[in-house]
Amino acid sequence: MAESLANPVASTSAPAGPAPEEPAPALTVAPGPHIAYGALTTRRMMLDVILASLPLVAVSLWVFRAYAAFQIGLSVVSALVAERVFVALRHRSSTLGDFSATVTGLILGLSIPPAAPWYVSVVGAFAGIGFGKIVFGGLGQNIFNPAMVGRAFVMIAFPAAFGVATYVAPGLSADAATGATPLTALKMSGETPPLIPLFLGLAKGSVGETSALAALIGGLYLCIRGTAAWRIPTAAVIAMSLLTGAASLIHPSPWTVAHHLCAGAFLFGAFFILTDPVSSPLTARGQWIFGAGYAVLVLMMRVLSGYPEGVMFSVLLMNAVTPLINRWTVPVPVGGPVPERK
Amino acid sequence: MSAVAPLAPPAGRFSGGVHPSDRKELSRHMPIEVLPTPPELNIPLLQHTGAPCKPVVAPRAEVVLGQLIADIDAFISAPIHASAAGVVQREGVATLPNARHVKTIPIKTSSKQIPAEELLLDMFGGAWLDRKLEEVTPEEIVRAVRAAGIVGQGGAAFPTHVKLAQNPKKPVDTILVNGCECEPYLTADYRVMVEAPAPVIAGARLAARAAGASKIIVAIEDNKPEAIQALRDTAGGTDIIVMAVPTRYPMGGEKQTVRVTTGRTIPTGGLPLDVGVVVINVETAAAIARAVWRGKPLTHRVVTVTGEGVAQPRNILAPIGASYNDLLQFCGGLKPEAARAVAGGPMMGFAIGTLDVPVTKGTSGLVVLTAEDVARAAETPCVRCGRCVEACPLDLMPTRIAMAARHKDWVLAKRHHLMACMECGCCAYVCPAGIPLVQLIRMGKVQMMKEVGK
Repeated sequence: MAESLANPVASTSAPAGPAPEEPAPALTVAPGPHIAYGALTTRRMMLDVILASLPLVAVSLWVFRAYAAFQIGLSVVSALVAERVFVALRHRSSTLGDFSATVTGLILGLSIPPAAPWYVSVVGAFAGIGFGKIVFGGLGQNIFNPAMVGRAFVMIAFPAAFGVATYVAPGLSADAATGATPLTALKMSGETPPLIPLFLGLAKGSVGETSALAALIGGLYLCIRGTAAWRIPTAAVIAMSLLTGAASLIHPSPWTVAHHLCAGAFLFGAFFILTDPVSSPLTARGQWIFGAGYAVLVLMMRVLSGYPEGVMFSVLLMNAVTPLINRWTVPVPVGGPVPERK
Repeated sequence: MSAVAPLAPPAGRFSGGVHPSDRKELSRHMPIEVLPTPPELNIPLLQHTGAPCKPVVAPRAEVVLGQLIADIDAFISAPIHASAAGVVQREGVATLPNARHVKTIPIKTSSKQIPAEELLLDMFGGAWLDRKLEEVTPEEIVRAVRAAGIVGQGGAAFPTHVKLAQNPKKPVDTILVNGCECEPYLTADYRVMVEAPAPVIAGARLAARAAGASKIIVAIEDNKPEAIQALRDTAGGTDIIVMAVPTRYPMGGEKQTVRVTTGRTIPTGGLPLDVGVVVINVETAAAIARAVWRGKPLTHRVVTVTGEGVAQPRNILAPIGASYNDLLQFCGGLKPEAARAVAGGPMMGFAIGTLDVPVTKGTSGLVVLTAEDVARAAETPCVRCGRCVEACPLDLMPTRIAMAARHKDWVLAKRHHLMACMECGCCAYVCPAGIPLVQLIRMGKVQMMKEVGK
């Protein structure tokens, strides 16, 4: 104690004596909290998505070779150009650094048929960034997933680009044999593909959607990182399994639960597209509803609609009801609602 | 006291919360040291929630340590005592960290003060548990607590006697002694528990007798095993329950501690009293024991002065009215990298622009952060990632509330329960977009009250 009593002298940098108005180091004032979990930023979340998509990109490059490189590359570059141009038109500073446009381009590129003409990616990227995001006010303001808006735009604008002729067979690049994807085959002739290639990604399909395995690896990474809300894909997988399981009990079919889970872009959509935070619900309950609703819609479109696959429309439809889901699922605060003042 | 009090498991849990780096290692091993009496003290007339006090001493009057210098005849209030011997000066003013301007009684301290060792011994030393509770009635305890000017020393500074006074409409069955100290950096409560467990236990038993509570729970976060051990050792042979609760901010918040230790949920807008619980901070408990068994008022308190911006972090027993400058000088002053001084902990504390701020009964710490600690990237748009919703310990949707407040949409703010927010800061701590959620919500509350009224 005596030691501390003998040491009341301030160091050189300390405020001198009782004139404390100007302490040597300038003290700033700001609202609390004064510390933050710096490891997580929006940019880091976007980089997470890019990182998580690497297995998908790798499989697509291995399976579709130059087609994949071409579609993904063109789509990403177009998205970046679109973002830069539209943001400049709004007289805002560049937002390329947040990597959200890169993610949009990547997701779009992965969801386009391998042999689609070049302008599909370009128009899709511009439509997605422009109509999907910028018109709403940029990042965070959009209702719909921009990549899916872009894809819907080109799918309606260029239906032929999404016909069987653009779905090349895996493993070939130059004179590729094109043909029906497993889901189209199911729709047309009730054909059942072997499950293992479907799981690994050796079936026909859009550039990045074929491999259930790669989608699962990347998706699990996103969930573990917390970048994707784990409840959304979990709900989707559970709902799809229950529905197709029940259906196969009532009406046995060679298309098993696993076929439905692995075919098409279901898992890619559930883990990568549906989990776009901007266009998905904020609440835990909302996320369960959202994921399950997606699975119901995908299955309905696969079975009932004229399209072989319904991931894109299902995502967009669920995006449309997200504000409602958010509103319906506002949690009751711990301790109950705020009492009305007398 | 041969037996060791049992360690009880938590009875409930709360969702959300965050795990900031606690940085308590900076000061946790520093024993409580007495601040050399500064030449002048500036004692605020309002240090508690409630009515401000009026001076009962005139300028130039000589006062001794512990002499009553200000009081008011209101139930929700607490008298103020001289925290050193000296001469009263003309009424002054001070700006408290919450930006409130208050009148003060400055005291020019005399050269003759109680020696540090004697003060420490009087505050925390000696025997505390040899007295029988039957010696005092509940009313006597409440009166002694009021007379000693005791307020909640955890930060809220609510007059303690109000909480302890029995109310037939709101019976109390549990006294919860809060030793969680969940704010990062702060170690004042920890040092009190380790160095002075006896007055804490004695005060808890007196509080239980006053409030008519049959059960006493001491809640300590499990990152403080020495404190848990000290209190278990001291509480041995009594029916006090020591509970090691998980370390997770804001465990020490009343709503959270009560839920985790008793399983009861305080209604929104309500008090622990509504579920039969009275929560007191560990240092407050020690002050109660001192008031009742030694007849001494609250004149000093332990303040943690810490952070990477302080030369030598310490736990200081400071007289009420000492300025933050005095504290910092005792700690070797600021380091050149000091960038922000925070009164209280870094999660809920207030940044202060000047160090000419007096220590009050509610001052738990002064944390000086560096530019690196407080660096923030520019705010980016909310991407609705929902991290704030996950982190909120009250199950609110902070981003929704904050955006509604920003756009002054009071219908939306109300739908998302704006007024239920306790401003713990978990949401802003985790926000990847760097949105000042707490600030927006706080301003929203004020503006909504102003615009919408009742």
